[in-house]
Amino acid sequence: MSATNIPTLELRSLEVAYTVRGIDREVLRDVSFSIAPGEAYGLVGESGCGKSTAAFAAMRYLPRNGKITGGAIFFEGKNIVEMADDEVSGLRRSAISMVYQNPATALNPTIRVGDQVAEVFQLSGVSKSDSLAMAQAALVQVQIADPAQVMRRYAHQLSGGMAQRVVIAMALASNPRLLVMDEPTTGLDATVEAEVLDLVRELRRDTGTAVLFISHNLGVIRNMCDRVGVLYAGALVEQGATADLFNNPSHPYTVGLLRCIPRGGLHKSADRLDTIPGTPPALGTHFDGCVFVDRCALVEDKCRTVQPQMVNVSDSHVARCLNSDKASAMPRSIEQIEYASQSGIHATHNGDTLLSINHLSKVFTQDGHKVQVINDVSFNLGFGETLGLVGESGSGKTTIAKLVLGLVSPEEGGVVTLDGKGLAKTLNRRDVHDVGAMQIVFQNPDQALNRRHSVTRIVGRAVERLRGFNVSDAIDRAHELLSGMRVEASLHSVRPVQLSGGLKQRVAISRAFAGSPQIVVCDEPTSALDVSVQAAILNLLVDLQKQDQTSFIFISHDLGVVRYISDRIAVLYLGRVVEFGTSQRVFNGPFHPYTEALLSSVPNVDGTIRKRIPLTGVVPSPSNPPSGCVLNPRCPRKVGSGYESLCESEEPDLNEVEPGHFMRCHIPVAKLKQLQS
Amino acid sequence: MKQFILKRLGLSVVTVFLVAVIVFFLTHILPGNVARQYLGRGATEEDLAEFRRVFGLDRSLLAQLFGWIGDLLHGDLGQSMQYRGPVSDILLPAIGYSSKLACVAFFLIVPISIAGGVIAAMNRGKKIDRAITVGGLSAAVIPEFVWAIVLVLTVGVTFQIFPVSAFPDEDNRSILNQIWHLILPSISLLLVLFGYIARITRAGVIEALESDYMRTAVLKGMTRRKAVSKHVLRNALLPTIAVIASQIPYLIGGLIAVEIVFNYPGFGTILKGAVDARDYSVLQSGVIVSSLVIVVFQLIADILFAVLNPRIRQKVTE
Ligand SMILES: Nc1ncnc2c1ncn2[C@@H]1O[C@H](COP(=O)(O)OP(=O)(O)OP(=O)(O)O)[C@@H](O)[C@H]1O
Ligand code: SF4
Ligand code: SF4
Ligand SMILES: [Mg+2]
Repeated sequence: MSATNIPTLELRSLEVAYTVRGIDREVLRDVSFSIAPGEAYGLVGESGCGKSTAAFAAMRYLPRNGKITGGAIFFEGKNIVEMADDEVSGLRRSAISMVYQNPATALNPTIRVGDQVAEVFQLSGVSKSDSLAMAQAALVQVQIADPAQVMRRYAHQLSGGMAQRVVIAMALASNPRLLVMDEPTTGLDATVEAEVLDLVRELRRDTGTAVLFISHNLGVIRNMCDRVGVLYAGALVEQGATADLFNNPSHPYTVGLLRCIPRGGLHKSADRLDTIPGTPPALGTHFDGCVFVDRCALVEDKCRTVQPQMVNVSDSHVARCLNSDKASAMPRSIEQIEYASQSGIHATHNGDTLLSINHLSKVFTQDGHKVQVINDVSFNLGFGETLGLVGESGSGKTTIAKLVLGLVSPEEGGVVTLDGKGLAKTLNRRDVHDVGAMQIVFQNPDQALNRRHSVTRIVGRAVERLRGFNVSDAIDRAHELLSGMRVEASLHSVRPVQLSGGLKQRVAISRAFAGSPQIVVCDEPTSALDVSVQAAILNLLVDLQKQDQTSFIFISHDLGVVRYISDRIAVLYLGRVVEFGTSQRVFNGPFHPYTEALLSSVPNVDGTIRKRIPLTGVVPSPSNPPSGCVLNPRCPRKVGSGYESLCESEEPDLNEVEPGHFMRCHIPVAKLKQLQS
Repeated sequence: MKQFILKRLGLSVVTVFLVAVIVFFLTHILPGNVARQYLGRGATEEDLAEFRRVFGLDRSLLAQLFGWIGDLLHGDLGQSMQYRGPVSDILLPAIGYSSKLACVAFFLIVPISIAGGVIAAMNRGKKIDRAITVGGLSAAVIPEFVWAIVLVLTVGVTFQIFPVSAFPDEDNRSILNQIWHLILPSISLLLVLFGYIARITRAGVIEALESDYMRTAVLKGMTRRKAVSKHVLRNALLPTIAVIASQIPYLIGGLIAVEIVFNYPGFGTILKGAVDARDYSVLQSGVIVSSLVIVVFQLIADILFAVLNPRIRQKVTE
């Protein structure tokens, strides 16, 4: 064991480069930080800033074209950069472990889960039979239900949360003194994420392992870490004790990041979101001065020539900025738009119904079994209104969107009415006007855009098809649309591959608006984007809504985003609407027990500690829904409510519990309110 | 699993049946009066009628087809027109010889090509990788019968390392000596197939080497070597199995060409003789037999693939 004053991990002036087309490109620039034994250190920053590179460097596992060009990495005082391969393998076997994003692919698909966990023990010399017993014990430690049975499964038979538990079990099996976690919960449902984070917190308390915790999610970092470092373009720009850094951010980049996030119950009717103008520099860009010059609101001439050094903000808090004292008061960055002069942004919908869906159900046939994924869903959508759909994965959000769009046809009895006119069930039986009236924007613009066509062509073709324009008019209109979405004219002739994620999403939105739609379905439109880009896209959507009275159906797992952009919200569970009401009502309560649990699982950037209302167990399969209220096996409010037997025998109706606020629960709303206060 | 195998088996039967029908019609639609060709200009009408009766050519096409298929099902391959004896007497020994060659070729080609692919992948971007990939592809450009001739002329005639005939003399027909004689013909097939199989193996291994689970294994502290043998090979070889199976028809085609060059009394040589002599009954049976072989190997490959891949295994057992 090391003496306590020697850090578990220390990066000292670490420089890493990737060789691309024969040229070394700097990825990490003079990065230094250290993690004390038992400490949790968080690393945040936008995509591409070098977080994973730092993590893998700490494991001395860089990609083939990556190399350490300077500095040192000390593990308990020993420089692992200079270690022999055997010695590094030895450390990985006994002292350092890693958990990363995408647990499903981290496991070998052809080897049983138990054998893979057992392998870790075998590597440290345990016999095969003992190792299996130890593997099972390791699975018990990470609180997997039915570990004996999980041992025999293959990776594809595990849910995301279970797979991540297995990976964590594997990482902890060697009793590591340092655990490196790179986005361990990204891609998991909020409820599952909360459980995994709870688990990590508990295990840390029990084992005292030091953790390097990487995430792009500031809320997660705030809740998990003792200290935080902020990376930008491969440079550590700010570092401090978590609360200090979040409460008094002192680098313009950190300030900008925190301002981009819709937080504190912010709603589009109250304010626009801040963005960070510009984009991160290309890989390997050289800077004489500060790395943030191109995007900084406080930039001065000296910033371009002087490399800023870390300055003390407080004893436990440093920032790499020449103007760090002015950072927290830096001017807001809200994109100026033509009609910004109009005072504020107010709710634009006037209450008239544009779309109404009635009694939509959908049954899929899977391996010969009937699976009801949507169960009698009805709601209205007004002109210029945004309806948010939230719920765990598998709750039916995307299927509802597809039903509305006619991409799948509803069961008998389901009706979609647009502007008073009943729509044909499937897309190919709807006329051009109806098709153009409803469009969709997907999560992943890469898959949605034809990579062989230019941006203009992509949008132009949609205009031709949906508006019946001739080619040259369509191209003019495409340019107009793209410019309206703030895609510069110089980019109109390029192909999607040459665009950043945010620009691609703007192109996808332009295409959706080609037919002057009345309704645009947005299915996780910003989930793959950085917060600064997300803010810009959300602002754009709100602007479009204001301009054209467009209505949105907005799907997102990010409750902060949904809360910001939605006028009304439908909370879904197992294909049913369990709560429906204004954004205000749904987020401020009284809550449906499911909504309550969902909201409490979101890690909060503001640092206020909320009591988590756990949802135990996993989402049941829609092929075999529980009897009574579908939530009852997991419901946090059922037990002790006095309604247990009713919950287990009868499915509650969706009742109007307050004007405009609907809930599907046996517990009367007054009682819920009382329980939740 | 049982159901899966039965289903595949059923499909195979249908395939072979269709091949039989197609082959039958193709050979019967071919122009030319079969009887006249065999018996020559001097044959009388009676001779011709007798010939047709013996070979069943006087019946309607459909009757001939079903008669033929019925006979096939009873294991009766019919009468050779050329040799005037049962087709099975001619085909079976030839098939025996060809199987020997195919076995030797298979056991030479598969391990060597897979090893080549694995070595290339493990040394990606290095000289040895380039040598294997480029060499393999270049060798595959040249058809196997050309390779066969080249090999016979070089290592056979000039350097006299390998015997030039594929068939040992009567005084020494020990298994080893037979295999020894079959190596050269196998090498000519190896040269053609190596590049293809090695390339697929290489791609599979590289994909597995770059997979997240390989990373997991290395970060657990496994040495690279051990991680490769435990985590890479099994996953990487899955696609390779499918590819090898898909190359079986090609292998059979190659065998035929090579046998002819080496004058080996196998299936290919007999088939060529049948083509030259327009011996339809031998030709038909030959094609049926080869389609049977192809289908059986495809079946074996499918089952192997499913057994090795838990995702599919699970699906098929459900
Ligand atoms: N093998 C590689 N070769 C070349 N460039 C690379 C390689 N791996 C990563 N990069 C680049 O290096 C930079 C840092 O990448 P890194 O993966 O460390 O970022 P990150 O902060 O983890 O991003 P994310 O949030 O998207 O995971 C990025 O610009 C990325 O495109
Ligand atoms: S040093 Fe200058 S450019 Fe860099 S963050 Fe500070 S004010 Fe901005
Ligand atoms: S009806 Fe019962 S089980 Fe369902 S949400 Fe209400 S309290 Fe929970
Ligand atoms: Mg990363």
